[in-house]
Amino acid sequence: MKIEFEHRQAAHCESGVTANLLHHYGIDISEAMAFGIGAGLFFGYLPFIRVNKLPLTTFRCEVGGIFKRLTKRFGFQVRWQKFRDPQKAMDALDRKIAEGVPVGCRTGGYWLPYFPPAFRFHFNMHNLVVVGRENDHYIISDPVFPDLERCHRKDLIKARFAKGVMAPRGTMYYLTRVPEKVSFADAVRNGIRVVCRRMLHTPGPLMGVKGIRYLAKQVKKWPDKLGQRKASLYVTQLIRMQEELGTGGGGFRFMYAAFLQEAAQRLQIPGLQDLSDNMTVVGDRWREFAVIGARNCKGRAGDNDSYAAMARILMECADREEEIYRELLPVIR
Amino acid sequence: MKVRDVPQQPGMITDGRREICYAVDDDGNYVLTGSAGWEPKNIANDQAWEIIRNQVHETVRKVRAGKLSPLAFYMVSNQMTPALLARYVGLNRWRVQRHLKPVVFKKLKPEILHRYADVFDVSVERLGNIPEDIETMPSFTEIP
Repeated sequence: MKIEFEHRQAAHCESGVTANLLHHYGIDISEAMAFGIGAGLFFGYLPFIRVNKLPLTTFRCEVGGIFKRLTKRFGFQVRWQKFRDPQKAMDALDRKIAEGVPVGCRTGGYWLPYFPPAFRFHFNMHNLVVVGRENDHYIISDPVFPDLERCHRKDLIKARFAKGVMAPRGTMYYLTRVPEKVSFADAVRNGIRVVCRRMLHTPGPLMGVKGIRYLAKQVKKWPDKLGQRKASLYVTQLIRMQEELGTGGGGFRFMYAAFLQEAAQRLQIPGLQDLSDNMTVVGDRWREFAVIGARNCKGRAGDNDSYAAMARILMECADREEEIYRELLPVIR
Repeated sequence: MKVRDVPQQPGMITDGRREICYAVDDDGNYVLTGSAGWEPKNIANDQAWEIIRNQVHETVRKVRAGKLSPLAFYMVSNQMTPALLARYVGLNRWRVQRHLKPVVFKKLKPEILHRYADVFDVSVERLGNIPEDIETMPSFTEIP
């Protein structure tokens, strides 16, 4: 059994799954559009949450937020299921596949055999779509890979029941009711508003543009506070969060710029293209940050200048982003 | 980022696949472009693996010295802590911790050994030993 499903490669798993699932039901939507309407862009520096004993930095919204916001905005009905028993979880999946319904699954990336070895870390927020089954193998549309992948049943069970932080517990989801017509105009405006609000007005010092500034101040202190070795680990962790986890480059800033451009053209909103250009510039600065950070880690101990340089770039990113969000609000009104 | 600036520096991706980068073409339009990899990312990723490799080395040394059971090797090379492994086998963390002692490990019942072997996808016999040629393997972080 294999469902006719158009697999389109994307940069990020959740926005890719969302766009591909909606596309399957006849909605003309790109990954960037899904990311923008789902208000995926964010920033948070959360040093009290540790990943491999290093502080967590996020460039995107909460897990599942993109899919939930987008489907709600467009008036889709979604069925979510969680399971305790792996056998029941696989039976439920098999039933839906047999009915010809593509099913989104949350999985632990560590257990997916088609991941290149260098990417195999324990992270439990990886989304994919199961689109078919051939005997003991499932056919998977994993948006971050160019082609459909195959995955053995026993591996998929392990991935769906990965343990640890944010354990997926067999979570699967599929669309049950598809609206006849969707309105992009309202959805786009709403998505932009959510991002602006969160980036400008999230309380506390750690999130939004304030969070970027806070991080900048911390980065400057890292070599003195942590020593060279640990400081460099903190920086590379940051680079990985920014670039590695399928962000499309520059911690999702390029993807968001692509969304703003598409929105400008689709909805004919004057001024939006300029802000897209500005967002591209910000993304380039984030990339610059990664370049300096990686160069610093490559050796040259005692190079404290580069931490100051990194902090300067982050401050600049914060300033430029703040300006964009403040200008976005009147533009979409 | 311009399309022509999209980095093509392989490192993490070894099988010729591409990941997606969002980049601007000559007309100023965003397009999805394949990237083979990017040096800063490769460096950051290498550093993460170096930490794991060091942990595995250290554990292998202790297993050979009889200070830890082979289970410790399989745990660490699968990037797990006793707490995470405990969740996978459905035991208490302190029990898993005890099973890392060679004396306790030797007395484990087959039923418990099977649970561990299933998680790591190895046979029970293999679980009782660590691979001999571990240092010469190209990348033992891929094991098992």
